[in-house]
Amino acid sequence: MTDTLDETKTLADGPEDAPAYPIGRTCPYQMPPGYEQLREKGPISRVTLWNGRIAWLITGNELGRRLFPDGRLSSDVLDPNFPLLAPRIEAQRQQAAAPPLVGVDDPVHARQRRTVLPSFGVRQVNALRPAIQKYADELLDKMLAKGPGVTVDLLSEYALPMPSAVICMLLGVPYEDHHYFDERSRHVLSSSGQEQAAQAQTAFTEILAYLDDLISRKQAEPGDTLLDELIARQLDEGKVDRQELAMIATVLLVSGHETTSNMIALSTMALLAHPEQLEALRSDESLMPQAVDELMRFTSIGDMLMRVAKEDIEIEGHLIKAGDGVILSTMLMNRDPGSFEGADDLDIFRPSGRHVAFGYGIHQCIGQNLARAEMEIALATLFRRVPTLELAVPADEVPVNAPYVLQGVSELPVTW
Amino acid sequence: MHISVDSDRCIGSAQCAVTVPSVFEQDEDGLSTVIPGREDGGGEPLVREAVRACPVRAITIKETEDA
Repeated sequence: MTDTLDETKTLADGPEDAPAYPIGRTCPYQMPPGYEQLREKGPISRVTLWNGRIAWLITGNELGRRLFPDGRLSSDVLDPNFPLLAPRIEAQRQQAAAPPLVGVDDPVHARQRRTVLPSFGVRQVNALRPAIQKYADELLDKMLAKGPGVTVDLLSEYALPMPSAVICMLLGVPYEDHHYFDERSRHVLSSSGQEQAAQAQTAFTEILAYLDDLISRKQAEPGDTLLDELIARQLDEGKVDRQELAMIATVLLVSGHETTSNMIALSTMALLAHPEQLEALRSDESLMPQAVDELMRFTSIGDMLMRVAKEDIEIEGHLIKAGDGVILSTMLMNRDPGSFEGADDLDIFRPSGRHVAFGYGIHQCIGQNLARAEMEIALATLFRRVPTLELAVPADEVPVNAPYVLQGVSELPVTW
Repeated sequence: MHISVDSDRCIGSAQCAVTVPSVFEQDEDGLSTVIPGREDGGGEPLVREAVRACPVRAITIKETEDA
């Protein structure tokens, strides 16, 4: 017994062998340098954060799938022990309230999630497909009218405005206002650098204020969108208060923008780098759902999901103590050779499932069915209508996001 | 076998309904349920994959004598 206790590792074992984390990607859809070593140490190891704090890093797929649903791990971002990946996020946390859905635990999380869940079902999403297709075609009409032979930024011309239009439509934000959100939601989720902390904070506040005002307008003049439904079913019946409703709408709006647009951009890059798979996909679009699933696994854009332990957890010879920070690396879980054959290869013929790119446990992405539909339509339409699409700069010159935000690129110059 | 979904635990990720649409569906609240009459899984080999895919382990399979 004593031997077992002696061998149990804790964070107090010291900073040696705990490399600096997070690490920036050099190729936007590949593991950053240093991940192979972390993978070899897996399924659980220790890393050192920017402020010198040591945290647990979960890299094994099976272990992660056991820990994600574990109620002893909390998503409460207001917990003083919650691990933060950058000073910028420390600044953002100064907000008085925790972001609904993503930054709270059950039972608050369950109540909020069930409030909006009916709008994100498979049937409801499938009903949106014709509208999504229409946005994709309209944006490509505009883009193609500029070329051929010119260089355009695929991110701002296509990958970002399409999901933006869709989430605005779903929430009932007038389409003419969506540019307002494109820029601001980008600041919230992807702006890099410490000096931009204030910008991210301002953008979040502005979006919140806009949506609060939109709720007033909709109360005066109801429509038939998700926001109208939430006002009628939840706000008017006293199940949520106005502040909470505006915050929920803000989280949905911001999350609905940048995530999908980064996936469209990185998927485009990854497929262009694998022309034989792109050709197979182009000649058989029925492969698209499983290709999207594989691209989610391969790129793992929401790599680091943070938790704080509320109680001691003894697991795999390690003792995660109450108050310890735990980071689940979805990229490493999705590139675990024990769970995926040829884990570092893109293979659109791989059977779907078992990756954790949408997270796992109670916080798994509520918009995943919508995101899948958007990615399927965006990629199929892009490669069908622009068969000669290529990058306008070498792939390694495409600017990559900072390591502590959602993974993606800040622009994607293409030509055709 | 007998399949059931714990609706208190379900978060409506729809992984089951996407994996085996002949056995699972979403109700109007967005929560997953077993399609009435399909509690035996209808011989669908992917039912166990749906159990595994569920992010909150809300699906239970009970083996029955006549399975």
